[in-house]
Amino acid sequence: MSQPNGTYAFYPGCSMGVSARAYDQSFRRVAEVLGLEFQDVDDWNCCGATEYFTLNRLPAYSLVARNLSLAAGMGKEDLVAACSACYLNLHKTDSYMGKYPDLNEKVNRALAAGGLHYDPGTLRVRHLLDVLVEDIGYEAIGEHVTQPLKGLRVAPYYGCLVVRPESNYDPEYPTHLDDLMRALGATVVDFPLKTHCCGGHMTQISEETAYELLRRLLANAAEYNADVIVTVCPMCQLNLDAYQSEVNRVFGTDYHIPILFFTQLIGLAFGVAAEDLGFGAEIVPADEALKKIGQEEAPKPRTPRRRDKKALPMPPPLS
Amino acid sequence: MTEEKVGVYICHCGNNIAGTIDVEAVSEWAATLPHVAVARDYRFMCSSLGQELVEQDIKELGLTRVVVAACSPHMHEPTFRKACERAGLNPYLMEMANIREHASWVHQHDKEAATEKAKALISGAVKRALELSPLEPSRVPIQEATLVVGGGIAGITTALEIADAGHPVYLVEREPSIGGHMAQLDKTFPTLDCSSCILTPKMFDTGNHPNITLLSYSEVEEVSGYVGNFTVRVRKKARKVNTDLCTGCGECWSRCPAKVVDTVYEAGLGYRTAIYRPFPQAVPKYPVIDVENCIYFQKGTCKACEKFCPTGAIDFEQEDEILELEVGNIVLATGYDLFDARRIPQYGYGRLANVFTSLEFERMVNAAGPTGGKVVLRDGVTEPQSVAIIHCVGSRDKNYNPYCSATCCMAALKFGHLVKEKTDAEVYSFYIDVRAAFKDYEEFYNRVLEEGVHFVRGRVAEVTDAARQPGEEGKLIVQVEDTLIGKQRRIPVDMVILMAAMEPRADAEEIAHLFGVGCSAAGFFTERHPKLDPIATMSDGIFIAGACQGPKDIPATVGQGAAAAARVLTLISQGEVEIEPVRAIIDEERCSGCRICNNLCPYGAIDYIEDPGVSRVNPALCKGCGTCVAACPSQVITGQHFTFESIMSQIEGLLYDVSNGHETYAEPAPLETA
Repeated sequence: MSQPNGTYAFYPGCSMGVSARAYDQSFRRVAEVLGLEFQDVDDWNCCGATEYFTLNRLPAYSLVARNLSLAAGMGKEDLVAACSACYLNLHKTDSYMGKYPDLNEKVNRALAAGGLHYDPGTLRVRHLLDVLVEDIGYEAIGEHVTQPLKGLRVAPYYGCLVVRPESNYDPEYPTHLDDLMRALGATVVDFPLKTHCCGGHMTQISEETAYELLRRLLANAAEYNADVIVTVCPMCQLNLDAYQSEVNRVFGTDYHIPILFFTQLIGLAFGVAAEDLGFGAEIVPADEALKKIGQEEAPKPRTPRRRDKKALPMPPPLS
Repeated sequence: MTEEKVGVYICHCGNNIAGTIDVEAVSEWAATLPHVAVARDYRFMCSSLGQELVEQDIKELGLTRVVVAACSPHMHEPTFRKACERAGLNPYLMEMANIREHASWVHQHDKEAATEKAKALISGAVKRALELSPLEPSRVPIQEATLVVGGGIAGITTALEIADAGHPVYLVEREPSIGGHMAQLDKTFPTLDCSSCILTPKMFDTGNHPNITLLSYSEVEEVSGYVGNFTVRVRKKARKVNTDLCTGCGECWSRCPAKVVDTVYEAGLGYRTAIYRPFPQAVPKYPVIDVENCIYFQKGTCKACEKFCPTGAIDFEQEDEILELEVGNIVLATGYDLFDARRIPQYGYGRLANVFTSLEFERMVNAAGPTGGKVVLRDGVTEPQSVAIIHCVGSRDKNYNPYCSATCCMAALKFGHLVKEKTDAEVYSFYIDVRAAFKDYEEFYNRVLEEGVHFVRGRVAEVTDAARQPGEEGKLIVQVEDTLIGKQRRIPVDMVILMAAMEPRADAEEIAHLFGVGCSAAGFFTERHPKLDPIATMSDGIFIAGACQGPKDIPATVGQGAAAAARVLTLISQGEVEIEPVRAIIDEERCSGCRICNNLCPYGAIDYIEDPGVSRVNPALCKGCGTCVAACPSQVITGQHFTFESIMSQIEGLLYDVSNGHETYAEPAPLETA
């Protein structure tokens, strides 16, 4: 599955250079360590985010198709996005153009006005997480680990977009980010809300709705004593990080859970210096949590023996 | 060609054919075909009057060929062959033209074209009939013994029925004891009688029947032969216990220090030792050593069982035994596997301690089970205050199995009743529809409703321990859209039971291949006919019974098991079996002995004879598929009843321009462009 020469076309999207600079910085450092080459799509435009498709479909698809067309010109097989929304929109446009000839024809007519064209299926649209898991693999990533994240309790947060298109992973309860974090030596907590919504742009439209969704995620992570929530999407990271104090104010809670990009933790485990991974840009500071790395977890109190004997066995995990 | 006389008979099939095809016009037209002496149409050709029409014409007009234009030969080829035979015409000189499934049913919108197509089909059939040769079926004797594969309630029923009729049966069971899933159950719906109380006597009879050879802890490895004469190789796995000496006293397993989770009989909810008997009523009563978990076999020391065995029955050196059986018929009753609920992670099985599968719960409520029949949480002591039962887990779900698993609704009702009976818990049953068909089932549903089980209509979205509202802490929350009130609900409970689907055995496909039967898309064994013959398979002499054919409950399984026995007994009482002459024949004079056909034959029917160096077809094994006929580079294999000449003539007949004369070809119509 891996690219013959380990190079990919990369669609940055609008967050990477701005609110998610830490994501951009850390992912490029990690790529360097793994020997992966990401070549940015030149002259890319906005992906339409989550709203445009519900307002004006044809221009929205055409907007995305322009990016696909530009990327296809680069001669790579795979187009990678790090942002879940970008990934979903690129993937959806490619697959719908393939599925619906009518849409394909209209979009290509729009592209033709700019001297462009895109044949659906030319590119394989992938999320960065999928590239690391599928093309590199847990084992190979584990081999690069020099500073295992021992003792760090990580809540793996996938968000709702990355699991949507026909992916190889269970859309309801994915575990590939869990396994990736384990490969870094971290302790992964069960995070039942791992694919629930972060509120998306509802923070701008209906604060009440968004804050309740964010509260649920934070409460769930706190319940499992997570030190950090790790995300694969700039939107998720921004919402959980930037609005955490607002959630605390509205609900009278006191959460201080740092929200990090998964590439930042990979970088740390690879021994890359924190300042090269964009640490410090987060609003809820991560320093305290990161201090825990290397510490052994306090041993759990043993449940009384008598009770153990009566307990019924649990099924082993599905292999 | 000598002057042949063909009779053509066109069936109206009520309105099935005549409603679309102008049968009178077809009949008039057919009468003008070369060699056709008579053409008639009739309302129901398969009726006794219709058949008499054919018989009369054969006798009075001296017909030498008969063409029946009616339904599929699957339906009535045997009927008309017999009619010909009665009138003294060789039955293989009759040909059917399928103008129902192939014309009237599929072209109802275009009557004219359907009529033309019927003519073409008849034209082909007449041309082919002229090329047919008379054939004689051969007969071979039937072995009296029967092989039954699988010792659940289906296999037990079949074995007992055949054995009681006085014929020998080999019953092969993979596990150390017969009994199957039914032995694991506590109560059976809708009467709530104890499962083992009704099963144990049958198990005992099976184990002690003079006509039944019970091969437990054994598996079939190879099957060859054909109806009446199968040779079966069975591997009798080493129990490591000498059954001639063992008394089943239990000293060995009470001393065994190796404890392992019993994933088979206890469904993973309880433990057993490395030397074990699956359950007290096991038949046979002898234990086996599970070598993978035995301390002696893994580490070289222990032998506690040997030391304490009072009769010296432990035999660590015992080897697998291979048996060769000669049987006339085979009944497959291999049962089902439970859907692995871990495949639906959002329901939490394997992740959230207090989520159980239906089979686990079955063991839990069983008085002989790991909790002694107490309904408790995974900690083994706490009684639940509220229990959720989720229907259709892995069934009626396009992500897993689209089919309805048939038994789970009733089992879920039974569980609701049992939880109510044994605890004070509130019970919530989450269903899509409650399917309580069959005798006394709906009444049981009403009873459980009256007992106060809460029924919530809706497919559960997830089971989570992530509390959101007060009252949810420490509980499992069932998130569901209640489709009767049109609202999302979150119902906190202590325990969740997943009604997992019945699935084909994990190795069903291999078993199907081993015995030469087919599997449906879902993976269950395919019956010969979905309505009229759900017991036989497309392989003669091989029958299926129970859940290996599709999900079913105990009464249906027992019914099918007994029916399979009846089918076997019919064949045994006939003493010999007729073998269709539709098969391949090699002209040995011209065979070069290249052996290309040998490995191509899907039935292993072709053998190479060293002296004189030619290939030869075993007529009893050959199904007449024609693979070898097409592959033979010297073209010296003839497919009887499907010769080159007959096939080419039929194609020629089909291509004639039926609307303008008989033996001319039509100009191809220009292709319509979309």
